Amino acid sequence: MRRLALLLPPLLWLGVVYAGSLLALVSQSFFRLDDFTGQVVRVPTLATYRQLLTPANVDIAVRTTVMAALVTVADVVLAFPLAYFMARYAPPRLKAVLTLAVLLPLWSSYLVRVTMWKLILAREGVLSWGLEQAGLTPLLDRLLALPVIGGPSLSISPIGAFLAFTYVWLPYMVLPIQAAIERVPRSMLDASADLGALPARTFRDVTLPLALPGVAAGSIFTFSLTLGDFVVPGALGNSSFFIGQAVLAHQGTAGNIPLAAAFTVIPMAVMAVYLLLARRVGAFDAL
Amino acid sequence: MRSESGVEKAPAGLVVAVGAVLLFLHAPFAVIVLYAMTTEDASFRFPPPGLTLDWFRVAWNRPDVWQALGLSLQVAAVATAAALVLGTLAALAVHGSRFFGREAVSLLLVLPIALPGIVTGIALRSALSLLGLPFSFWTIVVGHATFCVVVVYNNVLARLRRTPASLVEASMDLGASPFVTFRRVVLPALATALVAGGMLAFALSFDEIIVTTFTAGQQETLPIWIFNQLTRPRQRPVTNVVALFVIAATALPILLAHLLTREKGGGKT
Repeated sequence: MRRLALLLPPLLWLGVVYAGSLLALVSQSFFRLDDFTGQVVRVPTLATYRQLLTPANVDIAVRTTVMAALVTVADVVLAFPLAYFMARYAPPRLKAVLTLAVLLPLWSSYLVRVTMWKLILAREGVLSWGLEQAGLTPLLDRLLALPVIGGPSLSISPIGAFLAFTYVWLPYMVLPIQAAIERVPRSMLDASADLGALPARTFRDVTLPLALPGVAAGSIFTFSLTLGDFVVPGALGNSSFFIGQAVLAHQGTAGNIPLAAAFTVIPMAVMAVYLLLARRVGAFDAL
Repeated sequence: MRSESGVEKAPAGLVVAVGAVLLFLHAPFAVIVLYAMTTEDASFRFPPPGLTLDWFRVAWNRPDVWQALGLSLQVAAVATAAALVLGTLAALAVHGSRFFGREAVSLLLVLPIALPGIVTGIALRSALSLLGLPFSFWTIVVGHATFCVVVVYNNVLARLRRTPASLVEASMDLGASPFVTFRRVVLPALATALVAGGMLAFALSFDEIIVTTFTAGQQETLPIWIFNQLTRPRQRPVTNVVALFVIAATALPILLAHLLTREKGGGKT
């Protein structure tokens, strides 16, 4: 009983303020905006969801989900070697330094890190300059000329948004993978070697499967954070909206909170499916 | 288990990959230092035409910067205080007990960071709109505290799991009341976890923009100020000066929190 008393304040906060707000969100999505008066009509209707399923809005949802998936894959690829090195090879002192090297970018302002990429990717910025010095400007121009992912400069294109997303969420991926690899008992690796497996085989058949919960845990962050972000595409993307921007725009000047609410049901549904899958591979134990 | 781990030598390819990833993580910081000192104030020209420290003075004299900074510090302080209380209580309640709905409670606690920030933001915005409440300092704080609770909760819960239950039992066996046990045994064991959790919560709040956008109305926290500056073409280096300050302001406490918990934890176990 005493435990329940302890639980009461946090439960009230999260149960009433937070869960209550989520409920308000869902109920708003079943209201609709009257086009003539600009007022929200508080009568249950599916009109807003019909509006959500128009091709333009479906495009936004697909674009955002694809970006989240690509960013997650890129982060796994970049994070794995670092995490593996930290868990397996780094002596204690080096490991402490590397942990800090991952934590510091994670905890230094997210917005500042987005700003950095705005500077780096600008048409007149350091990356263009570097490519020019290397004689690769034609390659950059060809990349930017690509339909869908190109744009007038890297700092105004989905490629730029992809790079910035990959950068800002990378630390979230490193730490859970490292923790998962560290939990693989040394004896298991020795057993694998004793049974005649070469190091590559041990890596593929023992380390990799056991690191999977860490990958899944990290991907919860990279996936979820990308789905709901409007800062990166706002600062670096082109005029094609992402879910976050659509939500922001609809609730803002348009005052269409119902449609904004309906939009957020997409990331919630995607994350629900994702969390169920992640739970299967043991991601929650690796968080 | 850890004794032999440092002896093996890493494959050269792995070392190169690690170096490249570290460079990718840290090189951008050099770029922002450089751009805080460029004489070019309307574009991001590289290399900069000249270097100056004048922007630090300009930034210092900008009242809008101070205003945004003040608001961010206040919000972070209040949100952290709320999160410390709520997160610790929740961790104590969930740790080592089985009660009906325990899973649901731990899910509810993790939800604010598991769901995209925009969901929390628009959810609070929907509730404010339904209740007809105006935006204020407190609406920002409520939003921040909601996701800061998780950080404290996670830190405290992790510490509780590593603290042997026998310590509490010994204290009780020796006749200490639950309150005395809490104050003399549990709290000291939690102290560094609380400091670390509090600092992380503070940094999280200080840096938050997604939820804030939906709960702040016209008020500018420092992240919102920076975001608004990104689209403005004049005096761009001022934004970078502020960015440098924000990096230092969030990184230093984190560094301290990290060292604090690491040393204590490593020394005892």
